Amino acid sequence: MMEIRIHGRGGQGNVVAAYLLAMAAIEEGRYGQAFPAFGAERRGAPVVAFVRIADEPILRRCQVREPAALIIQDQALLGVPGVTDGLAPGGPILVNAPEDSEQLSTGSDHPLVTLPATRLANEHLGRPLPNTALLAAFLSLTQLLPQEALVASLSHRFSGKVLERNKQLIEAASSMVRAGEWQEVMHATSA
Amino acid sequence: MRQALEGSQAMARAVALCRPQVVAAYPITPQTHIVENIAKLIADGELSAELVSVESEHSAASVVLGAAAAGSRAYTASASQGILLMSEVLFNISGLRIPMVLTCANRAVSAPLSIWNDQQDSMAVRDSGWVQIYCTDNQDAVDTSIQAFRIAERTELPVMVCVDGFTLTHTLEALELPTQGQVDDFLPRYQFSRSLDPNDPISMGTLVSPDYFTETRHAHHRAMLSALDEIESAACDWHEISGRSCHGLLEQAGDPSATTGILTMGSVSGTLQDAMRLETELPPARLIKLRAFRPFPVDALKAACEGLEDLVILERAFSPGAGGIVGAEVRAALSELEDPPRVHSYAVGLGGRDVPLDLYSRVMGALDAESPERFALFDLNIEKLPESER
Repeated sequence: MMEIRIHGRGGQGNVVAAYLLAMAAIEEGRYGQAFPAFGAERRGAPVVAFVRIADEPILRRCQVREPAALIIQDQALLGVPGVTDGLAPGGPILVNAPEDSEQLSTGSDHPLVTLPATRLANEHLGRPLPNTALLAAFLSLTQLLPQEALVASLSHRFSGKVLERNKQLIEAASSMVRAGEWQEVMHATSA
Repeated sequence: MRQALEGSQAMARAVALCRPQVVAAYPITPQTHIVENIAKLIADGELSAELVSVESEHSAASVVLGAAAAGSRAYTASASQGILLMSEVLFNISGLRIPMVLTCANRAVSAPLSIWNDQQDSMAVRDSGWVQIYCTDNQDAVDTSIQAFRIAERTELPVMVCVDGFTLTHTLEALELPTQGQVDDFLPRYQFSRSLDPNDPISMGTLVSPDYFTETRHAHHRAMLSALDEIESAACDWHEISGRSCHGLLEQAGDPSATTGILTMGSVSGTLQDAMRLETELPPARLIKLRAFRPFPVDALKAACEGLEDLVILERAFSPGAGGIVGAEVRAALSELEDPPRVHSYAVGLGGRDVPLDLYSRVMGALDAESPERFALFDLNIEKLPESER
């Protein structure tokens, strides 16, 4: 089973990101589970959502305390206490940031990759929602699921022009990272 | 076909497949998504039902009472303060023997104000005369919602389907929805034996003198006890149609020969089952998932607890000044056994506190103490309280 934690701010589509990822796994015939850690929801406040992906039915419903990887939708959250807590040794971090990966890298044993997800979303969707671009990059880095599975889960929400634009966004985002770069590390950090 | 759905969305679709004719509800976290989704199904033309917007939960319950009494299949949902505001009407619905289904998205009760999950709300109305069934996961919530209408209509009792707020309502997972044909085969058209009809007027809810009150209460109690069989048969028949394993009054897992048992109600069981699978070093335990809390299945519990030395009840609510609510009832039921187990009530996951995997090892560890406590609040960090409150 692979456990992933997604950090963002209220209004960035954090829960939707978690749902899309679990849904993509289910589209592929695997098992998926996604849920938010709800606080008093308000725009801008730090929020967390959890994703589990497995080949067997998922029984546990506790929060993800030791994720295999982190997806962070706002780079300012990197410095917020608790955000990287419990991340498996060597567990990678994907961050939405305009800077190069090297610039943000903390020198820890956690591989860090950045993606200018807000810019990509603005370009393709005309809205600053980084979640879909980050998921596309995450799937490319980890090779966890094919991009078609993400498209399939998006097609439950969108159609026509909007779905087309999301497809272009997925293509653009996934081509900006090195395919398979985290494949081995994810294998090692997943129980 | 397996599909990915948020719990609330799945429950809304399951309810819609039961063809309710009147739905009335007032929004309250974490129930809101269920009724929002039903409203959407009606707006999209997928469900033909009247959705009544009301100004409070008291009105929501009153509307569905009237609708069901007039012969409509009726549904409502609520949580926490909403259940409490409804409570006066809940007693009326069951006392008038009006069948209907209510989903309780279990949430803590204020004060202190908490939007998060425990089961204090449904426990507060355990004596309201409603059938109460607790669900373990969202597939169970779907299947139970459908069974609930049949149990309600056959017993002329209202049924409360209890689902852990957020933990189930806001979790997306893989599940199967039945087809309309399967549900139609299972659930006949609603026909109420005492339907209000202007051409054949009857009175409901009249003043009952001391001469008849006890007898009326007896009839209610008797109907509740007969619901034990209806819960079993609904699970059994739905299993035949759906092909999924469906459980009646309770479900057992873990090691059936173990002398330590853990009893859960609701969604905690999944985490516990996973932990039991991983913790191979610990002595085995028997897991009892209590599905029906009202009516209280004394005989099924006695059979499930035969041979146990210790039984831990994971309480998701409690009665201040007394202790575990479920534990007290289980202890009383098991006292009829020749050699009853020691019953320990541990309150866990109060007000949304996470129930982690290591709960299992800590529960088993607590039993190793020289004299394990009869009632304890688990995960209590006493340091957070001023000294005067410790």
